[in-house]
Amino acid sequence: MTLHTGTNAIPRRQVVPSGVIAMLLFVATEIMFFASLISAYLVIRAGALEWPPWGQPRLPVAATSFNTVILLLSGAALLKAHKTFFREDNSVLPQKLVGISIALGVFFVAFQGYEWVQLIQFGLTMVSSTYGALFYLIIGTHALHAVLALLVLFYAYWRLSPARKTKPDSAEFLSMQIFWYFVVGVWPFLYVLVYLI
Amino acid sequence: MGDTVTAHVDDHHGHHEQDFWSTYVFSTDHKMIGFQYLFTGLFMAAVGGFMAYVFRMQLAFPGESVPGFGLVTPGDYNALITNHGTIMIFWVAMPMLIAAFGNFLIPLMIGCDDMVFPRLNRLSYQIFLISTILLLAGFFVPGGAFGGAWTTYPPLAARGEYNLTPLGAPIWLLAVALEIVAFLLGGINFVTTVMNSRAPGMKMMDIPIVIWMIIIAVVLFMFSVGPLVAGAVMLLFDQVLGTSFFIPSGGGDPVLFQHLFWFFGHPEVYVILLPEMGIVAEIITVFSRKKLFGYKLIVYTTFMVGILSMIVWAHHQFIAGIDPRMASVFSFTTILISIPIAVTFFAYIATLYGGSIEFKLPMLWAIGMIAEFLVGGVTGIYLGASGLDIYFHENTFVVAHFHYTMFPIVILGGFAGMYYWYPKMFGRMMNETLGKIHFWGTIIPFNFIFMPLFSLGIGGQHRRIYNYLNFPDLASPEFQNLRVLATTATVIMLLFQIPFVINWFRSMKSGEEAGNNPWKANTLEWVAPSPPPHGNFPDGLPTVYRGPYEYSVPGRDEDYWPQNAPN
Repeated sequence: MTLHTGTNAIPRRQVVPSGVIAMLLFVATEIMFFASLISAYLVIRAGALEWPPWGQPRLPVAATSFNTVILLLSGAALLKAHKTFFREDNSVLPQKLVGISIALGVFFVAFQGYEWVQLIQFGLTMVSSTYGALFYLIIGTHALHAVLALLVLFYAYWRLSPARKTKPDSAEFLSMQIFWYFVVGVWPFLYVLVYLI
Repeated sequence: MGDTVTAHVDDHHGHHEQDFWSTYVFSTDHKMIGFQYLFTGLFMAAVGGFMAYVFRMQLAFPGESVPGFGLVTPGDYNALITNHGTIMIFWVAMPMLIAAFGNFLIPLMIGCDDMVFPRLNRLSYQIFLISTILLLAGFFVPGGAFGGAWTTYPPLAARGEYNLTPLGAPIWLLAVALEIVAFLLGGINFVTTVMNSRAPGMKMMDIPIVIWMIIIAVVLFMFSVGPLVAGAVMLLFDQVLGTSFFIPSGGGDPVLFQHLFWFFGHPEVYVILLPEMGIVAEIITVFSRKKLFGYKLIVYTTFMVGILSMIVWAHHQFIAGIDPRMASVFSFTTILISIPIAVTFFAYIATLYGGSIEFKLPMLWAIGMIAEFLVGGVTGIYLGASGLDIYFHENTFVVAHFHYTMFPIVILGGFAGMYYWYPKMFGRMMNETLGKIHFWGTIIPFNFIFMPLFSLGIGGQHRRIYNYLNFPDLASPEFQNLRVLATTATVIMLLFQIPFVINWFRSMKSGEEAGNNPWKANTLEWVAPSPPPHGNFPDGLPTVYRGPYEYSVPGRDEDYWPQNAPN
């Protein structure tokens, strides 16, 4: 040990790296947050006479199912990046895969935005009904999380670039991915709940 | 790994000459952040106490000008009550018991040099400070501060035209939301630090009880806060955008908000209670010179408290039109949770039993807390029964019960902690005489404030009334005399905080030198110098050989056995 202060201080081995713990705790909080939004949705929907209410536009189920596949593919690309990062230390492949993941994620968010513009034109807004309000609340919260997670992935992409001297270690890289996995993982539930049933 | 640790330690010892700003304002040192939280919390306690003084004066002498405030209008009264509750819960209890003690104690008691994420810690305090300023700014906007009670029930809270504070209400919500973000960042830091930075040799069951309790409280907070944030966002949209999440006429459900709020609000009680129970555990063990009774038992029952506290929330809504079958279930869980709490209290009493008790200042406060909290806990049984609650919930019985739990927790427990760790914080002892005046001057008036509220409540005094003299049934002299008694006691109690302020600042300069371990305690914070320097342990991080409560072990010369002593 090279600790100049300690006589016998051996640093504790991190069973789970600190960054990963912190992200997991944060994601746990987020899960409870989304669970509350979902429960609010179910409560208000159960109390409504008609769902969706009369005169309100229907949601684009098929187009969004396509978009769901895009998002899942993005998550898969990131998972692949994580695996190759462990295997090949000096390969540029992880960075490329993160890039693919980001591209698919950006497409997902942009496509959602396009849908929103259409829906607003058809008369579905936050104040038009609780149906609209819940739709924009839940899907909008998810979109906001997606944007934040994409920013983290952009940072990961930048950190992985071959021009940089210090690369993230596997724990750092994992802590950067966790939030995107959360965004991808929570989406199918929201899709089924808000769009399908 | 070894390299990063070396760099970290170098970093702490390499920059001693820091300027004023980076030492006191933008510090990343856990102790300084703890002080920042502590002093902000104490300042807010004074603000919240002043509010209590103003509205108690209005209740005792309605319509008369209150010295230091002036005439209290009904709008002022509502805003004062609302913000008294909000401040005392979110800006006093949370920052003092969790953030201040957590920040100060966690690295010292688990034997490391700082939090795992020091800059996240600093950010946490900065967000908290912004939230504090924002909350107080609510009083200076047109329309005044929010006055719809600290529980912000819609529809009252959801529309500016209902609550008449179109700016105050969203400001209140934003302040609370920011404050929650601050504690979330701090909480993530606490848990990560305790998991990954404990001193070598410190096993899970060697962690001091207070750290266990803070961590369980923080985890509880993290699992329960999501619903509150969701509810707050929806309520903010109702206020600002005009959506109808909680407005029945627009298809919303006002009771939904109550569920979201109390799903957080009830665990919150335990978020505040647990750290304070931990503080009391440390103190009673040290001052009975006896091993803590049932360490593991306390840890496990605390887990049980945490789990149960997530499934009792609807007992706040017995009068909100909840299904009686549902109410029975929540009555059951509510009364069930008193079992693990009672187990913990019996463990404390068993610790005291047969010990060589010294009534030093921290011990007085700790014993005071146990005794007074008992009254709060026992009166809670009546409120937990859904039938009785229908009567008690809307009168001052529930106010008295609430304050008999919260006041011992936050004020008595908080002072116990402050008196106990003051020597570590500032390197000097506090004055015993002034401390005793402060103790008796707080605890006696406290009972005279809230005991009358029990009988007033049973007598039918509704709890949300601006001027009782307008109600013939409540305006009788017997009732009014009790109100004057409670108000007088409030003023006396607030005045008796002055000795504490004098003691606090005078002892910093002229108190007796404390030395490293004035109380002869075992835990690691007493190994560090008082006050601990940047990096905490200049002689090297300690190694832990045993649990934290080995007092009066037979066959040893000393009656304590520090955790870091090899033999």
